Amino acid sequence: MIRVATLLPELLGTYGDGGNAVVMATRARRRGFDVELIEVGVDDPLPDANLFLLGGGEDGPQRHATEVLHARGLAEAYRAGAHVLAVCAGLQILGTHFCVEGDDRFEGLGLVDAVTTRGVKRSVGELAVLVGGRHLVGFENHGGVTTLGEGVAPLGRVVRGRGSDGDVDGFRAPRLWATYAHGPVLALNPWFADEILASVVSAELAALPTVADQLYAERLRALGL
Amino acid sequence: MVLRKGQPSPRLALSPFLNVISVERMPSALKTRDRLAVTGVRIVNQLSRRLGRGSGTVAGGRFGLRVDPRLLRVLAQGREVALVSGTNGKTTTTAMIREGWAGDVASNTSGSNMPEGHVAALVASASSRVVLEVDEKWLDVTVRDCAPRVVVLLNLSRDQLDRSNEVRAIAERWRSLWATVETASVVVVANANDPLVVYASETAAHVRWCDVETSWTADAVSCPKCTQTLHFAGANWHCACGFARPTPSTSLHDDQLQVGAATRTLRLALPGAFNLANAAMALTAVHELGVDVAEASQRVAQLSDVAGRFSRRHWRGHDLRLTLAKNPAGFAAMLATIRDLPGEIWISINARVADGRDPSWLYDVPFAQLRGRVVHCFGERRLDLATCLDYAGVDYVLCSEDSPPSPNGPVTVLANYTAFQDWLVRSTK
Ligand SMILES: [Zn+2]
Repeated sequence: MIRVATLLPELLGTYGDGGNAVVMATRARRRGFDVELIEVGVDDPLPDANLFLLGGGEDGPQRHATEVLHARGLAEAYRAGAHVLAVCAGLQILGTHFCVEGDDRFEGLGLVDAVTTRGVKRSVGELAVLVGGRHLVGFENHGGVTTLGEGVAPLGRVVRGRGSDGDVDGFRAPRLWATYAHGPVLALNPWFADEILASVVSAELAALPTVADQLYAERLRALGL
Repeated sequence: MVLRKGQPSPRLALSPFLNVISVERMPSALKTRDRLAVTGVRIVNQLSRRLGRGSGTVAGGRFGLRVDPRLLRVLAQGREVALVSGTNGKTTTTAMIREGWAGDVASNTSGSNMPEGHVAALVASASSRVVLEVDEKWLDVTVRDCAPRVVVLLNLSRDQLDRSNEVRAIAERWRSLWATVETASVVVVANANDPLVVYASETAAHVRWCDVETSWTADAVSCPKCTQTLHFAGANWHCACGFARPTPSTSLHDDQLQVGAATRTLRLALPGAFNLANAAMALTAVHELGVDVAEASQRVAQLSDVAGRFSRRHWRGHDLRLTLAKNPAGFAAMLATIRDLPGEIWISINARVADGRDPSWLYDVPFAQLRGRVVHCFGERRLDLATCLDYAGVDYVLCSEDSPPSPNGPVTVLANYTAFQDWLVRSTK
């Protein structure tokens, strides 16, 4: 049984981020795995899950979500072996500090040494990131600039858009992926969904052809990649 | 706009403007600059129409505002103005107010809902009655310029987030608007069931709260005042901080409409619970404008086609009914209306600038309710749609406008903004 938990969808779910849970569950089920999808509300305790998903959110909800996840012990669950995928505001929450609501600085969950400051202007548009020889495509819409601490690996190198700072996007740690490609990034990048799923089930996965492969190919063409 | 070489120079006959505001009829207080601007709006719009560039409402308005940045204020002066804003239902509600008010009403029927469109509408008609739909981001500017009698605030939800960023920022802007304008003479007609609208309206001096069906509250799960969780029970909602649903003075339950003291049955030619909600708010506005609600509601009930929406069309042997939805809340409402209709469902998705460049929102649409049906996927982003449907467990067929499926009963087309315009152009009456 694979347990996939969407964290605080009412606070972190601005851009169709809920799609990532559905994609993960569907791709696992079609390969014969049992999957339980769990939505974790602000008043719920943190469930025992194999994979936690964090989406994007507006400033106030992002700050509130951080407090809730801190109190519920997401960092402890991660250190105890859970997998985590975070997009957009979720990425900022996993870092050590972030700025929202003007220049107020808030403490993140500190899963990764990463600091987000407010950028000069918002980054809005198509994003493509080279991740281990493959392109991750998506859409970004955020005002943050994220700087990684020493030894922290970015998710990949930016080839379209801005990502964390114009050069790299997101970060990568054992069992943890974070990107500014918001919303249903797993729907746009079936290989990325499978990379995470393979890690969750600790097994090689058989290919799973779906219409998402056509979508991925079409997005690459549209971006000239 | 520039005339191209070799094109016959358009005759600037004033005949098409017999009904429209003439410089002579304009208030005598108008300064030369205003008159120049109005004449400019007219000429540019006429040229743009003749050259086949658009419907001729934006270019002229933009020109006029460049000549005279205060033009909207000048044109609105002395007229009775109603404004309609919100994420969904602006165009329909504006049409309903026009219908309910009756007689000659100046209005931006083309759907250009920013200042250039407003200027064009006020140049095109000298009527003392004005109803304008207003883009959410322009409401504050438009209220300041038009000094409206009534402002209708329908709902607020995620829409084109690549352009407007955050829906709460809009609620915040509306809220601060009422603190900075003279609001004693404005009546705000606001949706009491939408917490973001309530947050945005409660600072106004006079509000008529409307209890109308509002199924989408996913953008107001946390309190706009304090970010704690809002508690919903039916249409009612409240927060621990004290922020709560106000007591409505208009209500609509099933088809029973109560505005002020009177209750009457409201049945519309237009489909959908969301259109009943629009009508209830339009009739509340019309009531505030001094019109008899009984008569107005009869006129509103007969409205059957708003800018092509819900219209029956033909295309390559198919009988189509065209419907429009632009964002998750609109799609959720429309899916509930069309999912049980007989025949095929075609959904058409684009992601041009006017649609929002990012179709991530598809994953906020409750497509799973279409399980058991087959959806034909059209539009430039049909692969995004098909992928979303696939993961939602809904059967789909990838289609192309160039190779249409063969006719097989009536078709309901559900399209987002530019895709809808494409279908209007592609099909015939
Ligand atoms: Zn509150």
